[in-house]
Amino acid sequence: MNILRLSFNLLRRDWRAGEWRVLLLALVLAVGSLSTVGLFADRVRQALQQEATSLIGSDLRITSTRPLPSIYQNSAKAHGLYTVESRSFPSMVAFREQTLLSEIQAVEPGYPLRGKLTIGDSSEHDANGIPERGTVWVDERLLRRLDLKVGNEVNIGDQRFNVAARIVKDIDQSIGFSSFAPRVLMNMRDLASTGLQQEGSRITYRLMVAGEATKVAALREELSNKLSGNERLEDVRDARPEIRSALERAEHFLGLAALTAAILAGAAILLSARRFVQRHLDSCAVMRCLGAQQGQVLRLFMYQFLLLGLFAVLLGCLLGYATQAALIFFVEAMRDAALPQPGVLPAIKAGISGYALLFGFAFLPLLQLRKVSPLRVLRRELGAPQPNTLLAYGLAMLVLGVLFLWHAGSLELGFAVLGGLLAGLAIFGGLAWLILIGLGAYLTNLTSYWRHAMNNLVRHVRNNALQVVALALGGMALLLLTLVRSDLLHGWQDKLPPDAPNRFVVNIQPDQRQQVFDFFSRERLPKPHLMPMVRGRLVAINDIPVNGDSYSEPRARGLVEREFNLSYMEQMPEWNELVSGTWWDINGNGQLSVEEGIAQTLGIYLGDMLTYDVAGSRFTAQVTSLRKVQWDSMRVNFFVIATPELLSDFPGSYLTSFFLPPDKVRAGDNLALELPNVLVIDTGAIIAQVRHIMDQITQVMAAVFLFTLFSGFAVLYAALLATQDERTFEAAVLRTLGADGYYLRRLHLAEFTVLGGLSGLFAASGAVLLGWVLARFVLEIPFQPSPVIWPVGVLGGMATVTLAGWLGTRWLTVLPPLAILRE
Amino acid sequence: MTAIVQAVELTKQVLSGDQPLTILHHASFTVEAGESLAILGASGSGKSTLLGLLAGLDIPSSGSVLLNGIDLFALDEDGRAKLRGELAGFVFQSFQLLPALSALENVMLPLELRGVVNAASRAAESLRQVGLSARGHHLPKHLSGGEQQRVALARAFVTQPKILFADEPTGNLDAATGAQVIELMLELNRAQGTTLILVTHDEALANRCSRQLKLSAGKVV
Repeated sequence: MNILRLSFNLLRRDWRAGEWRVLLLALVLAVGSLSTVGLFADRVRQALQQEATSLIGSDLRITSTRPLPSIYQNSAKAHGLYTVESRSFPSMVAFREQTLLSEIQAVEPGYPLRGKLTIGDSSEHDANGIPERGTVWVDERLLRRLDLKVGNEVNIGDQRFNVAARIVKDIDQSIGFSSFAPRVLMNMRDLASTGLQQEGSRITYRLMVAGEATKVAALREELSNKLSGNERLEDVRDARPEIRSALERAEHFLGLAALTAAILAGAAILLSARRFVQRHLDSCAVMRCLGAQQGQVLRLFMYQFLLLGLFAVLLGCLLGYATQAALIFFVEAMRDAALPQPGVLPAIKAGISGYALLFGFAFLPLLQLRKVSPLRVLRRELGAPQPNTLLAYGLAMLVLGVLFLWHAGSLELGFAVLGGLLAGLAIFGGLAWLILIGLGAYLTNLTSYWRHAMNNLVRHVRNNALQVVALALGGMALLLLTLVRSDLLHGWQDKLPPDAPNRFVVNIQPDQRQQVFDFFSRERLPKPHLMPMVRGRLVAINDIPVNGDSYSEPRARGLVEREFNLSYMEQMPEWNELVSGTWWDINGNGQLSVEEGIAQTLGIYLGDMLTYDVAGSRFTAQVTSLRKVQWDSMRVNFFVIATPELLSDFPGSYLTSFFLPPDKVRAGDNLALELPNVLVIDTGAIIAQVRHIMDQITQVMAAVFLFTLFSGFAVLYAALLATQDERTFEAAVLRTLGADGYYLRRLHLAEFTVLGGLSGLFAASGAVLLGWVLARFVLEIPFQPSPVIWPVGVLGGMATVTLAGWLGTRWLTVLPPLAILRE
Repeated sequence: MTAIVQAVELTKQVLSGDQPLTILHHASFTVEAGESLAILGASGSGKSTLLGLLAGLDIPSSGSVLLNGIDLFALDEDGRAKLRGELAGFVFQSFQLLPALSALENVMLPLELRGVVNAASRAAESLRQVGLSARGHHLPKHLSGGEQQRVALARAFVTQPKILFADEPTGNLDAATGAQVIELMLELNRAQGTTLILVTHDEALANRCSRQLKLSAGKVV
C-alpha cells in the first residue's frame, strides 16, 4: 500500500516535472489511432448487426430476378406464415429539369413483416402502413440531390407521384455508403402504371415471410430443394456477407495503418523509458541505500507505469472516440446512416495494445532500475546497469509481431506488412546512418557551427537515424495521401479520352431498337452500337456442377450464385484484347469468350466446357478464347460473350454506351422521358459520386496517418529529450567559452535542418516508390510523379522539423551557464 | 560497550586499465555502539570506499564487515538493503534528496519502505527537530543547500538508526551553514545515542568525534 502511494506521489511529481510527457503523448497517440479505427469499424459492424433482423424485413426471404411462382406463397400460407411481396429495380426519378438514378421498391400492405420504417418530415415517427397509392416515400439523399421537398411531385416512368414522406430509418437496405442510389418506396398497385415492369427489366422479386421460428424453419427446409437456379433463400444469416467481408478487410487495413503509428509510438516509448531510467538512477540508488529491496524498487516504478498506462489508455480512447465521431461527421454517407454508438470492446482492444506497447518497449529498460548499485550515492560516475540489448529488442519485436497479427487478422498479411515495414525502416535507417556519417566525414570545410552541428549529428548517429526514419514514415504517409494520390488520379483520368462514353443506356427492349436509333439521329448523335444482353447463371464447368459451395472466395461465390450478363456478337469489341485462343472460328458454333479475370476467379481455362442456365433452359459451349477487358474504359463490357446462335433466341434486352457532349445534356433526360423503361445512367455523375466517396475514405485514411505523423513528432521530441541533458551541458560549456546565443541557435537549427531535410527526402522517396508500386501493380497505369514532391518533401521536412526542434531547444540559449555547470 | 561495526581485513581492488589497483589495504577496526568515528584522509585516500564497504553499498575484494554482529557480505544484495533499512541512516555531501518528492515525503521515504503506518506524523516530527516544519511541502530545488542537508538529517534520524554514516556532510555548504549542520547532526546523534561514522577531510570536524581513523593511500595509519 505504501509503495503504491509512493508510486502515485512520484508519478504525480514526475508528471509535474514533465518527465512523463513524451511517453504519455506517444502512448495516447498509439491508443488513439488504434481505438479510432476500432471504434469506427465497430459502429459500422453494429449497424450491420442491428440491421440484420430488419435488413431483410422478414424472417425469411425468397429472392429472384424472375417473377416468383405462386407455389412458394401457397406453401408459406399452408405453414401458417405471413407473406408480403416486394419488387425493386433501378429507375430514374425526374423532378423539374433533373433526373436521378434511384432504387425503387414497390411493396404490398403489411411490409415490412419485421422491423419498422421511420418516416417523417418535421417530426419523426414509425410508419403505419405503406405509401398510399399515387404517393412515394423517399430518402434524404433524393431530397437533397434533386432539391426536392415533401409535397413536391416527381415522375417515375409514366406516372406522377406525390412525395408524401421522408424515410428516416429504412428497412431492407444497407447502411448508407454501400448503396449509392437513393431509395424510393411506392405502393405495389402503382407499379403497373409506371410502365417500368417489362420483359427483361432488371427487377428483383421478393417474397417475404415471417412467423413462428419452427414454421419458418420448416418452410426453409421444404423450399430449399425446390428453388430454381436464379432463386435464393435468405435469412439474417445470409445478410450482406460481401459487406461484412469488405468491412473486415477495411478494418484490417486501417488497423495496420494505425499500427504504423504504434510502431513509432513504441520507438518514442523506448527513448523516453531510457531517459526515465537515466534520470532516476540517483533516486533508485538512494532508495536502495535507505533499505529498498530490488522487488520494492521494481514495484515502485511498475506501479507508476501501470498508472500512467491507465491514464494514457483512457485519454487515447477518448481521443479515438472523438476522432471517429469527427470522421463519421465528415463522411456524408455515414452521417446520414445514423450509426449506433460504438461498444467498449474496440477500446479494450486498443487499451490492451497500448499496455502491450508500454511493456514491450519500456519493461526491460525499467528492469535496469532494480539493479542500480547503492554505491552510486557515493560514486555518481557509476552508470546504469547494462540492459540485455538482444532481449530488449527481442521483446519489442515480439510485442509488435503479436499486435500486427492480432490487428491484421491473418498470419500472412500481418507478417507481410510487419516484415515490409521493418525492412523499409531498416533500409531507411541504414541509409540515414550512412548519410549522416558520410556528411560528417566529408563536410569538413564548413563554417564552425555547421562543422559542430555535423559532429553532433554523427555523435548521436543512432538516435538521429531513428528520428529521420520516424519522421520520414509519417511524412511519407501524408505525401502519399496528398501529392501522390492526386498524381495517380490524374494518371487514371488521362487514360480516358475526352470523348469517352459518359452515359450508359440499359434495358432497351428489342422492339425499341429502332426508336433508339431514331432518337440518336434526331439528336444528331452518332449511331449507337446496341449490344444484346441475356442474363444467365453458370451451372457447370466441364459437366461438373458448380454452386456457391464450390468456391471459398466470396467474389467467386457471388459470381456463381447470381445470374450475370451474357452477350453475343460476331466481332470482338475493338476495346477488348484477345489474350489467348482465337475469336470465333468461321465454321464453328457454340463458342464462348471469357474475360481473363473472371476465368481466373472461377478456375476456367481455354477449352473448358461451360454450361449456362438461361431462363430455365440450358446450353453448353466451349471456351475458345480469353479476353482482356478495360473495365474503366467506360464502354459496355461483358464477362462472357457467346457466338450468336447460342443466345439470340433467348429473351433479352440491349444496352449501349455513348458520349453525350456537355451542350446536349438534356438529350439524356429526353431519352429517359421518351422511353421510360429505358435506364439512362450518367456514368460521369456516378464516377463523380464514387470519387466523392473515395475522397471521403481517403480522409479517413489521412486521419489515421496523421496519427503516424504525430507519432513521428513524438519520436523527435523523445529523441530531443534523450539528448537534452547533454545538449544543456554542451550549451553551458560553449557559452562559458564565449559562444553567444546566436551561435547556439545556428548550431541547433543546422542540426535540425539536416535531420528535417533527410526525413523529407526519404518521405518523398518512399511516397514515390509506393505510388509507383500502386500504379504499376494495382491500377496498371503509367505513373508520372509530380516533381514538386521533392521540394515539398525536403523543404516541408526541413521547415517542420526545424520549427519543432527550435521550439524544443530555444530555452538552451538563455539559461545562465553557471547554474547548469554547478548541477 | 558492544561492537556495532567490525571491519576485518577489508581490502578493495579495482582494475586500472589491465592492472589491479588496491584502493583499500587490509583495514581492520571496531566501532563500539554510541561511539563517533571520523575517517580522515586526503582526496583519493580511500575514505569513501571504506564508508561504502562499511555500509554494504559496495563489495570488498576480500575481508568482511560485521554490522551489529551480522556478516554483511554473507547476505545477498536485498539482505544488505534490508539490514541498512533497519540499522543505518545516511547523510551525503550532495544531500541525495529525491528531487520529485517534497521535504516531508523525502523524510517519509525510509519509513514507507519499511511499511511504517504513521510515516507522515513521524516525518513531520523529525522535520520539526531540524527546524523545517514550515518547509515540509517544498521540493528540494526550492530549499537552500543548508536546508536540504537538514532535510537529509531528518531523513537519516527519522528511523532512529543505530548507525549514522555521513560522507563529507558539509562538503557542499559554506562554512557557517556547514557548522550549523554539524551542530545539529551531533546533537541528534547524542540525543538518539547513535553510532556515528563520519568521513571528512576537515581535521577540526574530525576532532569533535570520539575517535579518528586516518587513511593514507588506502592504508589505515
